Amino acid sequence: MVGKLALEQRKDLAVATTLTVNGNTHTLDVEPWTSLLDLLRERLQLTGSKKGCDHGQCGACTVLVNDVRVNSCLCLAVMHDGDAVTTIEGLGSEGNLSPIQQAFVDHDGYQCGYCTPGQICSAVGMLKEGHAKTEADVREQMSGNVCRCGAYPGIVAAVRHIMATSQTEGAR
Amino acid sequence: MNTHLIGTDVNRIDGPAKVSGAAKYAAEFFAPDLLYAVAVSGAIAHGEIDTIDTAEAMKVPGAVEVFTHKNRPHVSWFNKSYLDEDAPVDGKPLRPLYDAKIFFSSQPIALCVAETFEAARYMSRLVQVTYTSLTHQTDMKIAVQEAKKVTSSNRDGIEAPPKPRGNSARAYADAPVKIAKGYLSPTEIHNPMELFATTVIYNDDHTLTIYDKTQSVTNSQMYVCNIFGLSKNDVRVESPFVGGAFGSALRPQYQLFLATLAAKALKRSVRLTLTRDQMFTLGHRPETLQEIRLGANQDGQLLALHNESMQATSRYENYFEVIANWSGLSYLCENATMEEKTVSMDTSTPGDMRAPGAAQGVWAIETAMDELAVATGSDPVDLRLRNYADKDQNHGKKYSSKELKACYTQGAARFRWNERVATPRSERRGTALVGRGMAGGVWESPQMPAAAKATLAADGTLTVASGTADIGTGTYTMMAILAGEALGLPLGRVVVKLGDTELPVAPLEGGSWTVASVGSAVSKACKAVAERVFTLAAGINESPLKHASFQDVDFLNERIVLRDDPSKFVTLQSALEQGEGKPIEEKADSGPNMFKQHGYKSYTHSAVFVEVEVDEDFGTVSVCRVVSAIAGGRIINHEAAQSQIIGGIVWGIGMALQEQAETDHQFGRIMNHNFAEYHVPVNADVHDIDVIFVKEEDDIVNPIGAKGLGEIGLVGVAAAIGNAIYNATGVRVRELPITLDKLI
Repeated sequence: MVGKLALEQRKDLAVATTLTVNGNTHTLDVEPWTSLLDLLRERLQLTGSKKGCDHGQCGACTVLVNDVRVNSCLCLAVMHDGDAVTTIEGLGSEGNLSPIQQAFVDHDGYQCGYCTPGQICSAVGMLKEGHAKTEADVREQMSGNVCRCGAYPGIVAAVRHIMATSQTEGAR
Repeated sequence: MNTHLIGTDVNRIDGPAKVSGAAKYAAEFFAPDLLYAVAVSGAIAHGEIDTIDTAEAMKVPGAVEVFTHKNRPHVSWFNKSYLDEDAPVDGKPLRPLYDAKIFFSSQPIALCVAETFEAARYMSRLVQVTYTSLTHQTDMKIAVQEAKKVTSSNRDGIEAPPKPRGNSARAYADAPVKIAKGYLSPTEIHNPMELFATTVIYNDDHTLTIYDKTQSVTNSQMYVCNIFGLSKNDVRVESPFVGGAFGSALRPQYQLFLATLAAKALKRSVRLTLTRDQMFTLGHRPETLQEIRLGANQDGQLLALHNESMQATSRYENYFEVIANWSGLSYLCENATMEEKTVSMDTSTPGDMRAPGAAQGVWAIETAMDELAVATGSDPVDLRLRNYADKDQNHGKKYSSKELKACYTQGAARFRWNERVATPRSERRGTALVGRGMAGGVWESPQMPAAAKATLAADGTLTVASGTADIGTGTYTMMAILAGEALGLPLGRVVVKLGDTELPVAPLEGGSWTVASVGSAVSKACKAVAERVFTLAAGINESPLKHASFQDVDFLNERIVLRDDPSKFVTLQSALEQGEGKPIEEKADSGPNMFKQHGYKSYTHSAVFVEVEVDEDFGTVSVCRVVSAIAGGRIINHEAAQSQIIGGIVWGIGMALQEQAETDHQFGRIMNHNFAEYHVPVNADVHDIDVIFVKEEDDIVNPIGAKGLGEIGLVGVAAAIGNAIYNATGVRVRELPITLDKLI
């Protein structure tokens, strides 16, 4: 929740920016140096996207911008005026998980859960890119998302499960 | 105890919250008019702040305050007020912003507070500081001259070396086979994914609700109360989710102090999140040098064993961990001497990091044992069996259980150890040399006092609560399984609460003791509820359980069933109706049974088998196959247990091949303080990992027979990898990490 005072302070320097986040359109006054991640977390209170390094080195902040996976900590929010952003909250909710979220639960593709939203958004982006064919491909193309708990085998199993299911569906 | 849930693969009950972004971590709680804070880190390693100018920072639109040692509000000046449950008792803990003194590079020296995060961050760049530098020492190779011997414990459970046994100097001199080598391990950083953060909510009645990244809400609460002179009633600490910790959140970290200081002074809610580079000063696995001497006969039977260990510590706290003792614990050897020394340097105090001491200590002794196997032409597994100890050699006590032989046998079979060729450089795969190695692992399995509460509501929903933490370890699910088991409920009917000072007190979430401690308390509380439910069930008119006693029944599928005649039962619903809709609540305290455990020591054990590929031209190492066989007592949740061990193995890969905080000694500062330069394993570094849990029954270790698994997965892995690399290349590396420059 941003206080009244905070909004007052912003007026002079802020740039009106329109973002569609998880299908909802927001027009916000944004200081040009605000990262997309900080905007999501602090202004929109979408704290599913995580801050793990703020340097684009860990992938915890991964979201989809126009369906492409990006490190939201490396994006200035104003640069995405007019873009469509999907965060973990947009993929499914606690009571209504998307298949890939359920696959992470079923394959224990996490421990502490902090890198997990980034892993899942990254996996969705990677699957959309369509370059990953083998297990080795998945490992390589998911290597921008660090998991300090070391849940990598579960993460790969969850992603492979989705790949196998969508192939089956494609064949039908 | 029936086992409809225990030992099965149970998905984490907190999983849906984690995969949907609904799980809230310390920096993710909000309040009206929340302030944001950013900490300023000092630039020198040792000395004093001369001047600190905050005028420019305060000109930033939205600036609220800059706190420094000059203007900070009153805080306790007693060193002891800053002690916490995991602090060395003979030290002087860091007192942030206390005075002008600087003890280590990147020490917090100011806190900028503003209406927005962006403004606070900008302010932090504008604080102008001048210093008087004093000489500093951060190079252990030089500081080693001032090493101090460890003679007594200064933290609970952290033992000084035992008295020497036999005459190891003479036995070594007489031994036909000798190994004498030094083993060097570097500074490592925990680096959990979640940045350290505290959100302090300033309530209307001036009390504080603090969301802290911690492995113990109780520890955080005590720390804040002691320093700021607050009563427990004024401070509630909550920590429902913790984004990894690995020991780094055992002690209260400085963001808790600073955020609380600001919130109290400004009478507003404050959020402080540290940066990744600041997290390189929150404690670390200390650098160690272990001088090991093994004397043996021609068959590899140990005759003498020495470990003279040296470990880095800070100047303000004489922190140490148990390193040398692991050498003398597990192998039969009549003549053994272990020594521990600390080397004080101008760094932050080290801190417990996943398997503290054992990670380094077991790495060194298990590498030396491999060298002994080579020197005596023994198979590494056979060598270990030849020196197998049926008693804890350091304490002379029996093991409550030790199924390590089963680990060797089952691990070797799964790995196909018999295919290994002992001669290095015997096998190739393309441009890679292939090697196989193994090592053993050991970690303690203690039980600590813990409390829990169980409440069975009239609708049959069971709530279990304890002020413990789930740092990714699976505590929520473990508690739910034990509760569901005790009352015959499906997991969907069990609610778990933890990470809150309003709940019954639990120990620090560490030391691999949570399942033993909190699990035992949960079981006890639930059993007490079950007994009351039984009494209700037996009291129903014409009850089929009228003549039964509590010992005669099982709680299964929401029924209380007569064990000898399952056709006779009372449904849980009927029993609760008999109780007229009143909830049934029981609180239980649980602790080690001194009478039962007297004369015993308890440990988890492992045997780790590793296959590596080492590129002959480039020296790059791939850990292509790991089999880890674990003796960890009764497994509560097979799925989470397996993940714990896999995670430990991934840590072992990092320790063996990648992790090292490197200090620029000219400035006394860690250079690679980010994820780009401090390497941890990524997905592409991890290949086949196979975990075996061998059967191990233990009714002495604790009432539920389970041993914690948070640390054992890591122990021994780095040695097994190094031993496999030797088998592949013929190069023995005694300095971690084993980077490619050491292999070509």
